[in-house]
Amino acid sequence: MAGTLRTDLRLHDPDAFYQSLIDAHRGLTDDQSQQLNARLILLLANHVGDREILAEAMAAARDGLAD
Amino acid sequence: MSEFAYPKFTFQPPPELSGKGGHVPVVVVGAGPSGLTAALDLGKRGIPVVVLDDDDTVGVGSRAICWSQRSLDIFDRLGVADGLVDKGVTWQSGRVFFRDDEVYDFDLQREGGQKMPAFINLQQYYVEAALVEALQSCDSVDLRFLSSLTNLRQTPDGVDLTITTPEGEYALRADYVIAADGANSFCRRSLGLAFDGKVFEDRFLIADVKMRADFPSERRFWFDPPFHRGGSALLHKQADDFWRIDLQLGWQADPEEERKPERVVPRLKAMLGDVPFEVQWVSVYTFQCRRLERFRQGRVFFVGDSAHQMAPFGARGGNGGLHDADNLAWKLALVVQGIADDTLLDSYDLERLPATDADILHSTRSTEFITPEGSVSAQFRDAVLALAERHGFARELVNSGRLSTPYWYGSQGLNSVDDPSDDFKGSLVPGAPCPDAPITNPDGSRGWLLNHLGTDFSLLCFGAAPTSLPAGSLPVRPVVIRTDELGDPDGLVSARYDGYPGTTYLVRPDQHIAARFRYAQATDIQQALERAAGGLVKSPAPTAREA
Ligand SMILES: Cc1cc2nc3c(=O)[nH]c(=O)nc-3n(C[C@H](O)[C@H](O)[C@H](O)COP(=O)(O)OP(=O)(O)OC[C@H]3O[C@@H](n4cnc5c(N)ncnc54)[C@H](O)[C@@H]3O)c2cc1C
Repeated sequence: MAGTLRTDLRLHDPDAFYQSLIDAHRGLTDDQSQQLNARLILLLANHVGDREILAEAMAAARDGLAD
Repeated sequence: MSEFAYPKFTFQPPPELSGKGGHVPVVVVGAGPSGLTAALDLGKRGIPVVVLDDDDTVGVGSRAICWSQRSLDIFDRLGVADGLVDKGVTWQSGRVFFRDDEVYDFDLQREGGQKMPAFINLQQYYVEAALVEALQSCDSVDLRFLSSLTNLRQTPDGVDLTITTPEGEYALRADYVIAADGANSFCRRSLGLAFDGKVFEDRFLIADVKMRADFPSERRFWFDPPFHRGGSALLHKQADDFWRIDLQLGWQADPEEERKPERVVPRLKAMLGDVPFEVQWVSVYTFQCRRLERFRQGRVFFVGDSAHQMAPFGARGGNGGLHDADNLAWKLALVVQGIADDTLLDSYDLERLPATDADILHSTRSTEFITPEGSVSAQFRDAVLALAERHGFARELVNSGRLSTPYWYGSQGLNSVDDPSDDFKGSLVPGAPCPDAPITNPDGSRGWLLNHLGTDFSLLCFGAAPTSLPAGSLPVRPVVIRTDELGDPDGLVSARYDGYPGTTYLVRPDQHIAARFRYAQATDIQQALERAAGGLVKSPAPTAREA
């Protein structure tokens, strides 16, 4: 489980992915949207499975938000 | 069903009150589960012990209710488990609910062939009463109720104690003190020790309710249920038709108000429905996780709540204290008997500090799941619960309490590392507690392996009788697995220990594994034994210590 988060483009048709992400939230209240995001993170985290990669992803996501 | 009658212990003036100088090897302060267990363990080893307790009965209210297999194994070693198991409620399954739905059920599916059940639920006062009864017939233990420790002063070669009783004060000098005086420990305060950690900003109503209900004896946990919106709830069965209920109230709740029947009864009615019930005991709690930096302070040893406190999810408080007592008693006995060196006692910290940290970690995680701090944590918690109904992985993230498991002390300190060429298979390692298994006695009757291990050091040998050890080494009791000695009727001893002819386990007096060998030489065993006894042995010329 050596990690190494891949940040090169891996999505086929990135615009379509981005749109589907926005669409998934359509019609939801802010609270419901937050719930969707939380579920999505959990599902994807389990799919990734590798704790090192997840830790790198969390660090990359947090980067610049707080010192 | 007969209900518990609180015993009333009387005060018996000890000789010290009439001016006789008192000196005892070990004084145990506090007759809760931890102190009583330590006293019984020492008493069974013949060590003179005085137990002091400021009260005249056992703990009031059921408090800890859930006793783990490891704790029951300890009680069984001390001869008190059978009555507790008979009286207690044996359980191994549970259900978790989220809002209106059941999200999953669990079964602590455990391999069969072990004498003690995975868990029993039994009110703490029953446990204390059983221990007191056993102690009353233990000649070397002097139980003193209505006796408060009111001064403690430690010198390099002893501890001076002042005890206050209904008939006045007296002084007692101890070689060693076991401070088992609970969360508010007087001993801890008199030594000026910091007790730091984390407080969870939440309040829980804990109630014992008597009712005849046909709910199963499983553990039921609700997150945000319709009968208690926004909080969590727990229902668990105890003996005598008692039920334990925990309701999360939130930090704003006023503990005084929430204890009043007019507040408590409607909350319980909402939960229990039309069943008639009687509230037996109520308390409002804020949970915390904290511990002393060291459990050994010179000649004073902290066990149980005086050493550490934790949130109750997972039942690690009550059980952890028993495991402290189990770890300390045999070591202290060897030192008091002059067999082992005082440094053996340092291994109490070496082994119990990490065990406590593991308990604190688990109970902290559970509490953080049950009491999410902030809206994002709450969102993740709810997301886990929502996914759990349909997705297996999320069920594993639901944390309503990770139940107490024994700590594996590891191959450091007292326990020897395996020789890699011995190639032991399976998950067992030195430092782990010995697993139980069925055996047959030479007369053909059935029994249990653990009943043959412990108290002294034992050598569990497969097939061959043990090599004789050099004269002057510590006494070791051989336990031979072979048809004409102890039979292995279901093959479970061999399977659980990966044992075949020649395999030898050195087992500590607390039934943890000290070392194991495929083809044991007397010198290997001797070295492992010395190491497990802290480097001893005081009598003959010392042999070379292991590098
Ligand atoms: C209200 C309540 C509810 C609880 N519920 C749960 C639960 O649901 N699950 C769980 O796992 N745990 C629970 N616990 C915790 C559990 O009861 C403790 O972990 C357990 O009792 C610890 O045992 P102990 O022997 O270390 O200390 P204690 O049981 O606290 O015993 C300490 C003893 O020392 C005596 N003492 C104190 N000071 C002195 C003195 N100066 N001189 C002489 N004697 C003294 C006291 O009278 C007492 O008998 C609860 C505790 C309380 C208070």
